[in-house]
Amino acid sequence: MTPSVLAGLTGAALVGLGLYGLILHPHPLRKLLAFNLIGSGVFLVFGIVARRGAAAGFRFDPVPQAMVITGIVVAFAASAIAVALILRLSMQSRNVTLDAEVWTRPNGGDAT
Amino acid sequence: MSVLPVLDVVLASLVIGVALFTITARDLFASVVGYVAYGLLLAFVWIRLYAPDVALTEAAVGSGVTGVLLITAGKRLGALKNAAPEMRPGLSLKILTGVLATLVAGALGAAILMLPDPPPSLAPEAAAAASGAGAGLKNPITAVLMSYRSFDTMLEKIVLILAVVGVWSVGADKAWGGAPAPLRQSRPYAPMVLLAQTLAPVGVLIGIHIFWTGADAPGGAFQGGALLAAMWMVTMMARLAGPPRIDAQWLRMAMVAGPAVFLVTGLAGGVLAGSFFAYPPGIAKPVILAIEGFMVLSIATALPMLVAGPPSERPDQ
Amino acid sequence: MTTLLELFSVAAISVGAFFFFAGTVGLLRFPDSLTRLHALTKADNLGLGLVALGLLPRADNTLSALKLIVIWALVLLSGASTAQLIGRALRRGRK
Repeated sequence: MTPSVLAGLTGAALVGLGLYGLILHPHPLRKLLAFNLIGSGVFLVFGIVARRGAAAGFRFDPVPQAMVITGIVVAFAASAIAVALILRLSMQSRNVTLDAEVWTRPNGGDAT
Repeated sequence: MSVLPVLDVVLASLVIGVALFTITARDLFASVVGYVAYGLLLAFVWIRLYAPDVALTEAAVGSGVTGVLLITAGKRLGALKNAAPEMRPGLSLKILTGVLATLVAGALGAAILMLPDPPPSLAPEAAAAASGAGAGLKNPITAVLMSYRSFDTMLEKIVLILAVVGVWSVGADKAWGGAPAPLRQSRPYAPMVLLAQTLAPVGVLIGIHIFWTGADAPGGAFQGGALLAAMWMVTMMARLAGPPRIDAQWLRMAMVAGPAVFLVTGLAGGVLAGSFFAYPPGIAKPVILAIEGFMVLSIATALPMLVAGPPSERPDQ
Repeated sequence: MTTLLELFSVAAISVGAFFFFAGTVGLLRFPDSLTRLHALTKADNLGLGLVALGLLPRADNTLSALKLIVIWALVLLSGASTAQLIGRALRRGRK
């Protein structure tokens, strides 16, 4: 099993792990962490495509790697907006959870 | 060369093990620390995939700055009183989600095992961009970022600015124009001050070096800019400086400088070199380095503003 | 590279790896957070120093060797400051 296939399968496993965490955790920051795991798994798949595309004297294909670098920075920007929204939502409603049962309680879950 | 497969297998199992710990840890702080360690291990995997630039970016931005963001967020959330109790999901939901996750991972794994052979590659176009009409850069990734796909890179800088605007808009209306809350609430502590005072100058030098050498060796504007951003954040965390007011002119000019210079150069390329975002031959490399310099300034100011958050009503909250 | 230098390099890296191993065992086996912190910082600073020392004969040129030493100095600085911060947090009773 070549290193790229092994890394690709690791990326697939990370996507599965991240999906599991994203659905199950009620705490919003844990959901964000799991979402970042999914993202890095997808970037790993890009990475092995880059490694397999070795041609023209390079040991890798630079175009997917440039896309991954762009993707990492954009993923951080998206995480920052998500954190700002989570903090604002939690401060307004005093609920630090995204669990549906809390938000659909009879008093609406809204403590303000 | 027979030790490398063992190293690969050990690395892969470590990465999955730490990711598993991140998902299943009970405490939020433990989970975030696990994520930072996971990011560093992932940088090793990137090195094994012959991607040092991506490894640098993952270690600096993916694991480092994201870790600071999440720890600061966790602390601000933890300071809230009256947080609702956690609800544990039921067993049937866990089993269903596990089945879904396994299906998705299996489908992706099957797709990876069925990738086309011989693999298609855009490397020849990238090589042409690097040596010929593009630039004369020896690092093909910088050539791709700044010459072959330069429009994408400019749009990504604009995405960063949009993210900063988005984070600022979340603040309360009456706080608009003020400064974000400080990154640490406690009084200055001597070891932290020592770390900021000794690390920041060295880090700034290393960041500029990584940006400058990214034209011919692994490195580049993003990695260098992330290092400079980290040095500013260390200084803010040691309470040697506070987050600036968001209506400060210098801050806004610094953030906009990168994409603005990029756009102007692209339009000028349309006039001077024939097509939008083409570089005049012969001065391509200095022009690219100049654009990257302003990009580093933009990144170094945008990233800490993203971590600092929206403007706060009580400035010393 | 002469045999003596090669032997020195392998020996230094091995001892450094042993120190890392000892630090990890301390992290896993010590009863208290403060003792674990002690094991981590002492063993890992020395371990990294020995590994860097062992890599010095293998460096391509003087500049790379200097970079290795700078890396060790930076890790020393940040490790020491972080250990102080963690120690203060532990003394104040946080986890």
